[in-house]
Amino acid sequence: MITDIVIVVAAALLVGVYVSWRAGRIDRLHARVDMARTALDVTLLRRSSVALELATSGLLDPATSLLLAGAVHGTRPGQNNDRPRDLAESDLTRALRAAFSQPGFRASLSGKEGADELLTEVEAAAHQVFLARKFYNDMVAATREARRRPLARLLRLSGKAKPPEFFEMDDSLIAENSTAPLGL
Amino acid sequence: MKIGITCPYSWDVPGGVQQHIRDLAEALIDEGHRVSVISPADDDTPLPPYVTGAGRAVPVPYNGSVARLSFGFLSVSRVRRWIRDGGFDVLHVHEPEIPSLSLLACWVASGPIVATVHTAIPRSRILLVTYPILRTGMEKINGRIAVSEAARTTLVEHIGGDAVVIPNGVATRRYRKADPLPGWPGPGGAIGFLGRLDEPRKGLSVLLKAFGTLGAQRQGLRLLIAGPAGDPEEVLHRVPAGLRDRVVLLGQVSEEDKVRVLHSVDVFCSPNTGGESFGIVTAEAMAAGVPIVASDIEAFRQVLRNGEAGELFAAGDAADLGRAAGRLLDDPARRAGLSAAALAAVADYDWSVVARAVFSVYETVVLGRTQVAVTAAGGDFPQDGLA
Repeated sequence: MITDIVIVVAAALLVGVYVSWRAGRIDRLHARVDMARTALDVTLLRRSSVALELATSGLLDPATSLLLAGAVHGTRPGQNNDRPRDLAESDLTRALRAAFSQPGFRASLSGKEGADELLTEVEAAAHQVFLARKFYNDMVAATREARRRPLARLLRLSGKAKPPEFFEMDDSLIAENSTAPLGL
Repeated sequence: MKIGITCPYSWDVPGGVQQHIRDLAEALIDEGHRVSVISPADDDTPLPPYVTGAGRAVPVPYNGSVARLSFGFLSVSRVRRWIRDGGFDVLHVHEPEIPSLSLLACWVASGPIVATVHTAIPRSRILLVTYPILRTGMEKINGRIAVSEAARTTLVEHIGGDAVVIPNGVATRRYRKADPLPGWPGPGGAIGFLGRLDEPRKGLSVLLKAFGTLGAQRQGLRLLIAGPAGDPEEVLHRVPAGLRDRVVLLGQVSEEDKVRVLHSVDVFCSPNTGGESFGIVTAEAMAAGVPIVASDIEAFRQVLRNGEAGELFAAGDAADLGRAAGRLLDDPARRAGLSAAALAAVADYDWSVVARAVFSVYETVVLGRTQVAVTAAGGDFPQDGLA
């Protein structure tokens, strides 16, 4: 009789510990998604700022400068309310790609004061966006998977937190006809 | 005079700016001037002899949509070479605030420069933000032209300075002759309409209502409608069931077919209830010599000389439209008279007249200035060897 009670209590405890561990895991995943999102936002902002620096550097012709400046302007939150963030950031990618994928683009600027450093910085910033977005989306996928488990759904382990959304955008600076991979 | 004109958009893509440049260039050539146009164009596009291709335009996002533009150091080289080889007395750039050939031409050229602004852009901060980039080019412009009051306002507000308004012309020659569509206008007579079906201010519903009465009175009278957008079924349901087989909807038509539509009807109707600044479609119908019945809005009053060159009716009044159109359909002599009057009146809007107005701007800016040349400022940028 006593042993039966012990077994039931022990089983209940075990289940409780397991459920609490699962709930804690989902909570931790949400926190990590938030961190990854912050990191992604930082890399996007950094990319916008170096792209604007390139646009106003006087290194490029005014048409290319204007395209880049216009695309940067579109990524600023609150500026383009009708254009969602992911589309505006993709626009900036395409504007950068249009500039960088011109045959002989780097060669045309070689020898100009500060040109090489600036171009490298733009490429690095674009590559960081690519990485940060990949990490963020991986984290979103893991979190959504954990939330989808039957036990998590049954016991509502994710509470009131909304499922995180993937961030989809065009972030490849590599043009099809380019020989040197941009980025690193 | 040797005139260099820059086009910012791809020559092979249909568009208002390209059309304007083509008509202007041909009108200037007819006047005996030497004109060279530089435009983005695909390599295999057949170009008129006066157009120099500047290479393929690249589709890029700009201001919320994708445009096909020419930019970059290779385009700069091509523009520089075109200016240097051209020996122009005046350089005429179109849409210099768009990141394409016109902006580049302003940047590398010195000498007499005239700019035409076509688009009215809603006031936005983007032009303010990017103005420092535009400034070098903009400050070299000696004469500015806007094609409409709205475009002029944009220019004044965003860029400063003032502009003369010279509206688009009508290439009247292109409308003068065409074969009617097979079977048109037909023994019962026909009324025509051109314009967007879903834009209430184009006034199609006024015409449909009037046709309900006219069609019932006249056996065999037909209605020919050409224009994009809208739901054809929905349009047909706005006329009485018995008349639906006498309403023909063509959808969007090509430029050539548009002229044929104008020659396929006995009476052309412009039922607009407002929102027109000039009424280009009405002017095109005048150039085709088709008798016109139009609403009495200001734009049409002006182009139709207060009713001398076309019958006017009270805007929005279907009954009045029905009476006016009926009078014309019943009176071939009156139709012939209006046709002749319309042809005479539209001559004022012909491209040859517009081109002379543009040319007088050229004459003003070339006074006391040397030829168009390549500046040193653009000179240190692109190495020609790379092109």
